[in-house]
Amino acid sequence: MSTSTDHGRPDPEATSPAANSDGRPVSDRGDTVCVIGAGASGLTAIKNLREHGFGVDCYERETGVGGAWNWRHDRSPVYASTHLISSKPFTQFPDFPMPDSWPDYPHHGQLLSYFERYADHFDLRSHIWFGTEVIRVQPVEGDRWDVTTRSTGGYGPERTARYAAVVIANGHNWSPKLPRYEGLEQFRGEIMHASSYKDPAQLRGKRVLVVGAGNTGCDIAVEAAQQASRCWHSTRRGYWYAPKYVLGRPADQVNDSLLALRVPLRVRQWLYHWTLRLTVGDLTRFGLPKPDHRVYETHPIANSQLVYYVGHGGIGPVPDVARFHPYAVELADGREIDPEVVVFATGYLPRFEFLDASVFGDSAGAGRPTLWLNAFTPGHPTLAVAGLLQPDSGLFTLSHWQTVLFARLLQARRDRPERATAFAQRVRDRAGERYSGPVKDSSRHWFEVGHADYLRAIQRALVELEGK
Amino acid sequence: MRGREWSRPVRPARREVLSAVPELEEGRPPLLFVPGFGHGAWAFAEHWLGHAASRGFPAYAVSLRGHGGSEPAPEATLRAYAHDVVQVAASLPRQAVLVGHGAGALVVAHALARYPARGAVLVAPVFGGWGVLGAALRRNPAGTLPAVFGGPLRLNRGQLFSSELPDEEARRYVGRLGRAGRRAQWALLGEPEAESAVGAPPVLVLGSPDDRVVPASTLTRVARRYGSAPLLFPGMGHDLMLDARWEEPIDAILDWLEKEPVGPGGHVRAVGGQPPAWWTAGLPAGVAGWGTRASEPVSVLVRRLIRPPPSSRARR
Ligand SMILES: Cc1cc2nc3c(=O)[nH]c(=O)nc-3n(C[C@H](O)[C@H](O)[C@H](O)COP(=O)(O)OP(=O)(O)OC[C@H]3O[C@@H](n4cnc5c(N)ncnc54)[C@H](O)[C@@H]3O)c2cc1C
Ligand SMILES: NC(=O)c1ccc[n+]([C@@H]2O[C@H](COP(=O)([O-])OP(=O)(O)OC[C@H]3O[C@@H](n4cnc5c(N)ncnc54)[C@H](OP(=O)(O)O)[C@@H]3O)[C@@H](O)[C@H]2O)c1
Repeated sequence: MSTSTDHGRPDPEATSPAANSDGRPVSDRGDTVCVIGAGASGLTAIKNLREHGFGVDCYERETGVGGAWNWRHDRSPVYASTHLISSKPFTQFPDFPMPDSWPDYPHHGQLLSYFERYADHFDLRSHIWFGTEVIRVQPVEGDRWDVTTRSTGGYGPERTARYAAVVIANGHNWSPKLPRYEGLEQFRGEIMHASSYKDPAQLRGKRVLVVGAGNTGCDIAVEAAQQASRCWHSTRRGYWYAPKYVLGRPADQVNDSLLALRVPLRVRQWLYHWTLRLTVGDLTRFGLPKPDHRVYETHPIANSQLVYYVGHGGIGPVPDVARFHPYAVELADGREIDPEVVVFATGYLPRFEFLDASVFGDSAGAGRPTLWLNAFTPGHPTLAVAGLLQPDSGLFTLSHWQTVLFARLLQARRDRPERATAFAQRVRDRAGERYSGPVKDSSRHWFEVGHADYLRAIQRALVELEGK
Repeated sequence: MRGREWSRPVRPARREVLSAVPELEEGRPPLLFVPGFGHGAWAFAEHWLGHAASRGFPAYAVSLRGHGGSEPAPEATLRAYAHDVVQVAASLPRQAVLVGHGAGALVVAHALARYPARGAVLVAPVFGGWGVLGAALRRNPAGTLPAVFGGPLRLNRGQLFSSELPDEEARRYVGRLGRAGRRAQWALLGEPEAESAVGAPPVLVLGSPDDRVVPASTLTRVARRYGSAPLLFPGMGHDLMLDARWEEPIDAILDWLEKEPVGPGGHVRAVGGQPPAWWTAGLPAGVAGWGTRASEPVSVLVRRLIRPPPSSRARR
């Protein structure tokens, strides 16, 4: 056995010249598939497409793999202490397990080494162009795509290559969502978005206000409780703070034991409330607001320490921010506090700046495409998005199966076109479908999926594509 | 959805892995040898690991939990064994070829559903079922009967080795045999069907028609499941890696790996030249020659060797 090297990198000199609509040269890459991004989702796309016999060119704007988990990357949202919130079996790729010797909730550095090993094990790096940014993706005749790239940072010439299909795996946790407030410009303290928070030293000895109680906000509030001289934590609603362990096992595994038994949502909600009552009890006695929703109706927070530090008085829960004054922050209940540092852990928004929003059925350009299985676009059978999900589990198993489905779809286009056509019809009929129970209306829940519902939907799609 | 993999992951266990790595990295895929029940990694360390390394293949052997130098695990299941194999395979630097012997071949078959191996080799595969038990009861009633009731399975020299192997060596090997978990032994009776392999790896099946554990009919049946015919090494016992002529089967495996340049997706690149004698050893008379066309899945290619279409007959 020798390693295969047939699908090299695109070489504009060696390929037949064609021209695109503005008359610039395009190198035709034949049946090759283009993957945008070499984060977790991009890597599994390369692996699965290769495994199904396709050639792949992947473009990555950074100089290494791992995307968000590579904290050397300028857009990486991870901070020094980031540990997984989903336990190992919820996070790993289904065909490449994390080592037994790792803890239940590994550190972000371990995750990076996991992706690097995945890339080396399956020999993926030889298909990746590092330091190359995709700046335009345009549909052309025959369901093919012109992909224009240049060196990251805008240096060097633009190059366009034509591909049989495109997988967009550019991630959706890098473009900060910053709320607007009256008086923010006049505020004299330091303000930052969580994406630029890297190390607790940034908080040491200061009075800190953390806004937002996603997993990021909760982690940072806990670090502020340990390092800062004072910590306020502002949330615009109450939440369910789940511990990382219950009944002696990682909490997500316990929940999945119930899912496997198909215990109904209402019963699981009741069990959950009951377990909480047995442990921390009613959180409103600490001044935390009562949740305005049932558990599982907001993206799950897995943090055993937040409630602990609230109980120690290290974290002071406060309501939403009303406005900023030069030396104070006014809260919704009229109180004023005087933080020196404000950290906005208000989440991220998806961005597809290289694609005309209409391709995605996102005419408003809000970054919220209308897709089937959060992956397939009506009218564009050779385009797929990988990883545009906010699961109540780890993401990577889901990206894995998304890209397996896409690879099988491309095979069907070649071998059994009538099945691919039927698939395209289902994409049109079902675009916009949701795969979770009811969730609170917020941009953070645009892509919220229940992993079990979602995986079953993918499985059905695979069976419909390939079954008798 | 594999609910159990999410909610009830296999409990980790300390594993013994022995290896022999070539001095010069030649870009060949690593081999991971998986011993059958009762055997440990030592069974491959005797000859095959070193031999594979001397031909440029990095070679590793794992002791399934409860075997050899791995952690004791009397309650181990087949699923736990497959977990051990996938864990070691994923820890290797590159995509590995899994080589399972005896019931280790069944473990490999299960592991293939959880790990996209580069290829797989099933040596004297024990896939379970009452037939295997019957054969074992006939040949070695005293050693087998206790296993039916959850006791240890005691294999004897006659079952494992040919008479060519010097007595003293045979005794030494038999003395090192351990036992598999009770639940895993029982699982064998149920002929546990493995989920299909991921990534469509090419699979080679080999064994001996004179194996007293695995009847030749089983070899054919297992090989057919993977769309091929078994390679046969007459005159050898069940433990092909320890028996007197251990070199022939391992050379055959390495030749197969060298001659079948398989890329991801299991496609044959270039096939040519005359096959060595072992290639045709297990095939019906009248069939000789590699397959012909490039880029055809291996399984198809081998199936064609069994029932050659007119074109390949004409070529002879
Ligand atoms: C603090 C934090 C913790 C998290 N913890 C978990 C967790 O515990 N479990 C979990 O499953 N998920 C977690 N997530 C979600 C996380 O986003 C995913 O785990 C994962 O990183 C997503 O992988 P991806 O490949 O889809 O995107 P990314 O990792 O963002 O990778 C996208 C890649 O595409 C590249 N790229 C983008 N645009 C272009 C372009 N135009 N041209 C070329 N390349 C481009 C980027 O450089 C990047 O390498 C966490 C997120 C954050 C912020
Ligand atoms: N492994 C880990 O340890 C880890 C750590 C961090 C993050 N993550 C993951 O990374 C992803 C992003 O998480 P995130 O915490 O950065 O973002 P997020 O989940 O989107 O949370 C944003 C928080 O900010 C609040 N918010 C948003 N806009 C606001 C506004 N205008 N005013 C006031 N509050 C506002 C939200 O409140 P509403 O609920 O009202 O919208 C929410 O509490 C998630 O998938 C998360 O699970 C994982």
